[in-house]
Amino acid sequence: MVRTMDDPAVVAIRERVAAAAASGTALRLRGGGSKDFLGRRAVGEPVELGGLRGVVSYEPTELVITARAGTPLAEIEQVLAESGQMLAFEPPRLGAGATIGGTIAAGLSGPRRPWYGAARDHVLGTRIVNGRGELLAFGGQVMKNVAGYDLSRLMAGAMGTLGILVEVSLKVLPRPAETVTLVQEASAAEAIERLARWSGQPLPLSGAVHVDGRLHVRLSGTPGGVAAAVAKIGGEGDGDQFFDAWRELDHPFFAPTDGGDTDQLWRISVPPAAAPLEVARGDGGQWAVDWGGALRWWRPREACSEQAVRAAVSAAGGHATLLRGGDPDGEVFHPLAPGILALHRRVKAALDPAGVLNPGRMYSDL
Amino acid sequence: MVAAAPDSRPAVVDRDAAPDFEQILEFTRNYLNYNVLQSISRIFRYRSRRPGVHSWGGGCASAPFSGSLRSHQPNPDRAEERPVTSARPTATGELPSQDRGAARAARQAPVVAALREILPESGVLHHREDLRPYECDGLTAYRRLPLVAVLPETVEQVQAVLRLCSRLGLPVVARGAGTGLSGGALPPEDGVLLSLAKFNRIVAVDRDNRTARVQPGVRNLAISEAVAPLGLYYAPDPSSQIACSIGGNVAENSGGLHCLKYGLTVHNIQSLEVVTIDGERHTIGGPALDAPGYDLLALMTGSEGLLAVIVEVTVKLLPKPECARVLLAAFETVESAGTAVGRIIAEGIIPGGLEMMDNPAIRAAEDFVHADYPVDAAAILLCELDGTEREVEDQIDQVRALLEDCGATEVRLARDDAERIRFWAGRKAAFPAVGRISPDYYCMDGTIPRRELPKVLARTEALSREHGLAVVNVFHAGDGNLHPLILYDANQPGQLEQAEALGARILELCVEVGGTITGEHGVGVEKIEQMCVQFAPAELAQFHAVKAAFDPDGLLNPGKAVPTLARCAELGGMHVHHGALPHPELERF
Ligand SMILES: Cc1cc2nc3c(=O)[nH]c(=O)nc-3n(C[C@H](O)[C@H](O)[C@H](O)COP(=O)(O)OP(=O)(O)OC[C@H]3O[C@@H](n4cnc5c(N)ncnc54)[C@H](O)[C@@H]3O)c2cc1C
Repeated sequence: MVRTMDDPAVVAIRERVAAAAASGTALRLRGGGSKDFLGRRAVGEPVELGGLRGVVSYEPTELVITARAGTPLAEIEQVLAESGQMLAFEPPRLGAGATIGGTIAAGLSGPRRPWYGAARDHVLGTRIVNGRGELLAFGGQVMKNVAGYDLSRLMAGAMGTLGILVEVSLKVLPRPAETVTLVQEASAAEAIERLARWSGQPLPLSGAVHVDGRLHVRLSGTPGGVAAAVAKIGGEGDGDQFFDAWRELDHPFFAPTDGGDTDQLWRISVPPAAAPLEVARGDGGQWAVDWGGALRWWRPREACSEQAVRAAVSAAGGHATLLRGGDPDGEVFHPLAPGILALHRRVKAALDPAGVLNPGRMYSDL
Repeated sequence: MVAAAPDSRPAVVDRDAAPDFEQILEFTRNYLNYNVLQSISRIFRYRSRRPGVHSWGGGCASAPFSGSLRSHQPNPDRAEERPVTSARPTATGELPSQDRGAARAARQAPVVAALREILPESGVLHHREDLRPYECDGLTAYRRLPLVAVLPETVEQVQAVLRLCSRLGLPVVARGAGTGLSGGALPPEDGVLLSLAKFNRIVAVDRDNRTARVQPGVRNLAISEAVAPLGLYYAPDPSSQIACSIGGNVAENSGGLHCLKYGLTVHNIQSLEVVTIDGERHTIGGPALDAPGYDLLALMTGSEGLLAVIVEVTVKLLPKPECARVLLAAFETVESAGTAVGRIIAEGIIPGGLEMMDNPAIRAAEDFVHADYPVDAAAILLCELDGTEREVEDQIDQVRALLEDCGATEVRLARDDAERIRFWAGRKAAFPAVGRISPDYYCMDGTIPRRELPKVLARTEALSREHGLAVVNVFHAGDGNLHPLILYDANQPGQLEQAEALGARILELCVEVGGTITGEHGVGVEKIEQMCVQFAPAELAQFHAVKAAFDPDGLLNPGKAVPTLARCAELGGMHVHHGALPHPELERF
């Protein structure tokens, strides 16, 4: 494989960005398009990144994989599975085209996240093209590295507004030898209470979702360890399908509504032990609890005031993203405190002074 | 020490987390970490000499390490003479002036007067002898006195101090416990040393959400001690954990013996309260697992006090593992020990701890603590498996078989906790043990891809011969973090310089094989030149731009962590000349 710095596709991206910065032309970055729905409306000339493909290096015993950003997530997971390893943050693909670059830029993590860490926790290094068209390398391919500011992790979840990812190095982990899913009947409040108790004990938890009056718990580890935990927690055995579907938002809970007057899907991040939220009057719609309590999904039945939702969520110490069904020209992500927003603007200007990378995709003024 | 309220939902543990000397001594004796013992007794000696000066967090006293247990520590008599800053620009970019009297007093007076309007009199130190404890951190070869040192007690005072510094254009350096090993807390000669020592309270423990809100001066270990009754602990465990502060841990993104499995500081914190140089207070991160916007929490972690002053940290707590067992394996070659590490991981096992020592390290440790190590082995591996009883049981036989299969000449399983502690004692005492066989040593901190270990050790040996100084290796094998200890004698003219030159070559070697110049100790002043090797000018320029986004006038910890482009340009010729980087055009990833 040619070196990244010589890759004609990378050279072309650099030239494209430099020209855009000179002329003040907005660029809309796109990997596989699986997360086109996420965030605010993307504007500008499209830059297709799906062509930057291929695993650059992977040595299972080093627990590190390095790949070009346009490599399909499915391909990466396939390569890892062949060596009995995985991306432990369990990223949702949300579409066949998902690329590893888009996965990191979107920063979404699946049900395993509370116990194994988020996308950002597994980022070891990146090569990016910044808003000046410069190719820069941060972090590296080793587990521990504190040289320079951690601009690699800063890219995770930045929605492409700080740089174009061209290569990423990620920490990978062995797949647990054994995984068992259990189901128990519970109300949301009971589920949250149980999860708080279990999370404080050394149990091999790897997923915990409450939906439709049932708590689904996944345990992963050595056969003996899982068996001991199953005996402790109890519940009916279930297959892997629940969590596979849940991760991909393929569970009926997420299906488009029939009859309601809105198709909103809210993703609400709160302290894990927070009581069930009440954010709207009347028919509260449907709720699910994920991440062992720390993530709440909400399908309102009626369109509601976004401001009211956000105020209620802020009061609970959390933040709310209107993942689907929002106004793409409104704010999709939770508003930032004024001081933090000012820091965001300055960080954005430090990496993309002309403001050409995905302007407005995350917040209207970034 | 006072424990957290056992049944607390947001329990407020309003207590003083300042260390209890007896308890620290006891702990240190148990764990035989003489480096820390030495630095603590220094501090307390100082404290008892000058009652009224709260010097916890002051790491340098004029009579430092005694006996032969010295770390990177030149002869104290010579230390002051060494023009440590002569090669390094000060905050203002000028060479330090030698004036010791009137001029200094004249510069001090208005600053002291202004600070006294903000802080109580005891919180502003400016007499030379009061400033002594702050003249260096754990990298004691670099010393200088700040113009003043301040000990604020409230966030408002920190804000006011920073606003003042901003207005007067004074450099300011935050300091936690001063155990840093890269000179990060080296004070600014013309500015303010801001000690967080008085921020030593655990503010609240939240059992149900498994977090603790702590002030930045709280010691790392004090957190785990406070939450132990809840069956919880704070995972990152640097060897300095009885002394180092959580604020310093965040600033350095510190690791420990268990970070392959449990992560670094960045993986174990949830939010920060910080004050930027303009005096503004910000909350970064939040009470949920993630926060909206950019991951400023990651950016702040490891930023070595260059972006903001941390005034509160919310850490994540984990349930204590049910059990931990340790295997000790001896090998005839370093390669076979290295292969064994790879095989364990390939087998799908992530040990809680996985440490390697080479023969000189084994011998030094054995002589010192009699851990019953196999002294003829070329290398030993210590592999700790933790988790539930059943998990650990499942893995022990598997690991033992693998070790034997990789050519281990001997594999021992610690029978009980006493033996487990003895196995670890040798490793934990490796630094002071080396201190016994050499008047001084210099601890390096590179990380490499593990597969490169045999090559790096062989090249290190060659470099060691070339520089005429012995090197002893201890290695966080699981995550590829090497700590070569360079043995030297500061009383022999030129040896300190040789040690530093050899250290620089080892770090450059780490970069060459795809690694990094620092895994956990930070760049500080120590590794600033090697930053020019690891990063290209455009990358350094990007770092400076990010710094300017937080601190446009460059007042926070100036001259540290990121070198100026001019400095790298000057050094560029030198590195090529030395042949350290024969192919600067090659990719450095
Ligand atoms: C014997 C020994 C063993 C060690 N073992 C390890 C180890 O295993 N792993 C490891 O990672 N490190 C280790 N260290 C290094 C050191 O202990 C860590 O870097 C530690 O995190 C420093 O904490 P501190 O409170 O002493 O910080 P200080 O030395 O006081 O400061 C370190 C840096 O942080 C900045 N800083 C401190 N507090 C703040 C704040 N509140 N806000 C902003 N910036 C701040 C300072 O400006 C400075 O740049 C060891 C050191 C010793 C002496």
